[in-house]
Parts: sequence; C-alpha cells; structure tokens
Amino acid sequence: MIDALHNGFLSVLGPTLGLFAWTLLKIILIVAPLFGAVAYATLYERKVIGYMQIRIGPNRVGPFGLLQPIADGLKLLLKEIISPQAASTGLFFLAPVMVLAPALAVWAVVPFAPGLVLADVNAGLLYVMAISSLGVYGIIVAGWASNSKYAFLGALRASAQVISYELAMGFALVGVLMVSGSLNLSDIVNQQGHGIGGGSILSWNFIPLFPLFLVYLIAGVAETNRAPFDVAEGESEIVAGHMIEYSGMSFALFFLGEYANIWLICAMTSVLFMGGWLSPFAATIPVLGAPSIFWLLGKMMFVMFLFLWFRATFPRYRYDQLMRLGWKVFIPVTLVWIVLVAAWMQTPYSLW
Amino acid sequence: MTLTTVIFYIFAAILIASALRVITAKNPVHAALSLVLSFFTGAVLWMLIEAEFLAISLVLVYVGAVMVLFLFVVMMLDINFEELRKGFWSYFPFAAVVAVIMAAEMVLILIAPSTGLDAYSAVAPLPEGVSNIKQLGVPIYTDYLLPFELAAVLLLVAMIAAVSLTLRRRKNTKYIDPAEQIKVKRNDRLRIVKMDAVVEQPEPAAADEAGDKPAA
Repeated sequence: MIDALHNGFLSVLGPTLGLFAWTLLKIILIVAPLFGAVAYATLYERKVIGYMQIRIGPNRVGPFGLLQPIADGLKLLLKEIISPQAASTGLFFLAPVMVLAPALAVWAVVPFAPGLVLADVNAGLLYVMAISSLGVYGIIVAGWASNSKYAFLGALRASAQVISYELAMGFALVGVLMVSGSLNLSDIVNQQGHGIGGGSILSWNFIPLFPLFLVYLIAGVAETNRAPFDVAEGESEIVAGHMIEYSGMSFALFFLGEYANIWLICAMTSVLFMGGWLSPFAATIPVLGAPSIFWLLGKMMFVMFLFLWFRATFPRYRYDQLMRLGWKVFIPVTLVWIVLVAAWMQTPYSLW
Repeated sequence: MTLTTVIFYIFAAILIASALRVITAKNPVHAALSLVLSFFTGAVLWMLIEAEFLAISLVLVYVGAVMVLFLFVVMMLDINFEELRKGFWSYFPFAAVVAVIMAAEMVLILIAPSTGLDAYSAVAPLPEGVSNIKQLGVPIYTDYLLPFELAAVLLLVAMIAAVSLTLRRRKNTKYIDPAEQIKVKRNDRLRIVKMDAVVEQPEPAAADEAGDKPAA
C-alpha cells in the first residue's frame, strides 16, 4: 500500500515535486507524533514523580489529568512574549529555534521498524552526533543575547557540560560501532538480532557493552540537562539559567527542544544497546518473538521512565563534581572498555 | 534544472552571504555565528557531492566543538570596537591592492589550461551499497597508516603542550578535590558524645512563668 501511495505521488506530481511531497509527508508523519509525545512526556513526568512522592499528580483537567498538556500548551501560547530592552532582539528570538530545529532534524535517521526510516543513510550514527551537537548553539546564543548575568552564566555552564559529555558519549558509540561494523542504525539493530539466545534479549548490545551502555545513558541525562545534571537551570542557584529572560512561547520552545532531545536519547539508547524494534524473546517464538515498532516504543517509554526516576531520586550534582565525572571517570571507563572489546573481538571467543 | 542544482544554488548563495557577514559584521559574536553558518552550509555542499563523511566530520568537529569554544572566547572579550576600527580608511588602499592581486592569482590558476581543471568531470554518483566511509577508512589504515599515526601523535603532543602550558598551581586557590571529598566518612567530621538522657536541671527560675504565658 505504501509503495502504491509512493508511486501515486510520483505519477501525479512528477519525479521532483513528487519526491518533495512524499518526503514532506514522511517528515510530518514523524514530527507530528513527536510533538504529541513531547507534550505527553510532561504529563508522564508529573504523574510518575507524583506517585514516587506519594501524590497523585495533575488530575483536574480531563479524566486523570489527560488534557493537562493541552491546557499547559494553550497557556504558554497565550502568554505575552517579553523582549528585554537590552537584549540583542534578533538572536534572542532565534535562540529557541536553534535549540528546537536540530532536536527535530536528528529524527531523520532514527529507524522505527525495518525499513521505516526517513533517510536510511550509511553515516546515520555520525549524523546523529553531528546534528545533536548543534543544539548547544541555541543555549549559548540564548545566554548571550539575553544580556543578563544569570542567563550568561547558565549558558556557559550548560554548554561546557554538553560539550564535555559529548566526548564520553562519542566514545561509548565507538564501542557500538566496533561490534556492529556499521554506522547505519538499521544495520546496528539487525546485528543485535543474531547471537546468544537466537536474537532475544541476551544478544543485545547492552550485555557485552554494559559499561558503555551505562556511560551512554548517564551522559544522555547530562546532555539533555536533566536532573541530577540540571545545573544549567538550577532553580536555587541561577533561577532558570539561559532561559531566565524568556517568556511565553519562546520559553516553551526551549522545553519542546529539551523533551524532543530526551525522546531522542531514549530512541538512540533503545536502538544502539537494547535491540531497537527486536523482541526480547527469541525469534523462534511465534507471536511474541516478532520484531515490531511497539517493542521500540515500549523500550523508549522504559528509558524515559529511567530519566524520571533519576530526577525523582538524586540530588543535583555540584558543578566541579559533574565535570570530574565526565572527564575523569567516564572517558577512561569508555577507553578501557573499547580496548578490551577490541582485544575480545580478536580472540576465538568473540561474539561478533 | 534538477532538485540538486536548485539546492546547490540556494546553499551556495547562503554560503557567500554568510562568509561576507563574517568580515563585515560589526559585532564579533555575530561574525563568529556567521562563520558557523558558513561551515554548516559548506558541509551541505559536500553532502551534495556525496562526501557525507567529510561533511559530517566538518559539522561534528568545527561546528560542534571548535566554534563553540571560539564563541566562548569572543563573548568573554571586552574590547572597544570603535578603537579597533580607527584608521580603517587609511589602510584601505593598500589592503585593496593586496586583495586584488590575490583574487587575480586565484582566477589565473582556475582558468589556466596547464592546471588541467577542465579535465575534472562532475562527480559521478556512487553506486548503490558503496559506503563512502569504508572507502576512506581502508586506505587510511592500510596504505597511509604511518602518516595517519604521525598526525595523531602530532595532535597528542599539541594537546599535552596546551595542558602543560596552562597548568599551574596557585598558592591561594581554594581547590577542593571531589575524590577526597566523597571518601569522607562520618567519623572524620562528626564526634558522637555520650550523654545521659536525663540531666538534673537547676531550680526553675522566674523565667519559667514567662514561658507559660499564651502568645498574645
């Protein structure tokens, strides 16, 4: 059916315009559910943290508070957008867009199911790293353009943190790249489909690469400026960091970008370490063993739950300890494990 | 005109505009951001000739890391730009002559028949299933291993040099070592003193009456 629709587009609109329209349609099919997921991630967060603190969480708007994200969105849309007098106006309003745009562009290479990917490029993993590293500009520009000390300090903290943890993250990905022998995200998932236990949970990357998995997950939390690494917006220290001068929708755009990035880390953790769309059961089991997009979504929900669990559990890191963790703990751990895995792959006991 | 050509011209125009902004912008932060934009646009142009590895590493290394640190430095600077712009017009004639000579030289190289630039045909699209990265990686790690390793050693030496140049122990710094800090046990900081649960109080004085009064 998809092929028929694709050919229909090409025949009606011609090759160039048809390709354009077809790609646009695919982009919308990714971005629209993503925005829904971003909106409902806030409700998920408030509910989970609520129950962890023995409260109920939002339950007034709609049944079980299900309409709360929509109410929040409407409120933010209708609020006044204030432009500080001393701010550099153009860059001030460009900054939230610079956070959101890369967060959406990365999704182009994320595979949801076999063949269900917007751009199945060979350098998918590198693309993800390159584009997600652009998001830091939004933070710096926001801090600088606000012309405020709090915003600038917050931006400096946030961007130094993001750059530092990107290194550890990159090294963790080198391990995945070595065992997969490919930078293509679909190939990385398929490679996890054979091995111990016939492609079940036992053959996924997170078991042999466990230290790298942990480093990637924790660096992902730091990368998205989430608690316990949220010094960038530490309420008790620098109020809201680089977002302090923003209001209304321009403030909301930062959060859209942040939550889209969190979902991205969830998706990437699932794809790289937890077998993507593969089932945790052996492929020989009839229904349960079949690969499906729902497994991927379930894994993403699980990683998201971990993010919320961390937030509800850990106190905020102090800034120097946070930098120490990134540079002096994570990078050596990943380097040692990469060498170990490389040696392992040369022995007859290699799993790959 | 194919879609690729349209994209090429759009991005080429953005590249030229942003490159011009780098040298004409009054504010150095705007100039640095324009440089970021021109790097990014250059990466897109490389992507169009299917050099995706080069394009992505340009974004990853220069845009994602180097320019961020560059922006840090530029934002922290406290310079009076009026002061710097003084005397621009007195230097202008000489600078213009230099620029014209440079441009003329480049044009001469590009149009001279002996450089043989005509012989280069347009980049042929890669056949299906050929990975650009593998094509690049295999020669680097086989034929060009020694130069590649030497370049890596050079970078390492530069890195060590940069660290050792800036490494200095100041006497008055109040540096705390987090590694030491997290090793602290309760007994290092806290002394528990045994005390009797009930202690003989002296005779209640007149102050006791005041304490009994309800808050007004």
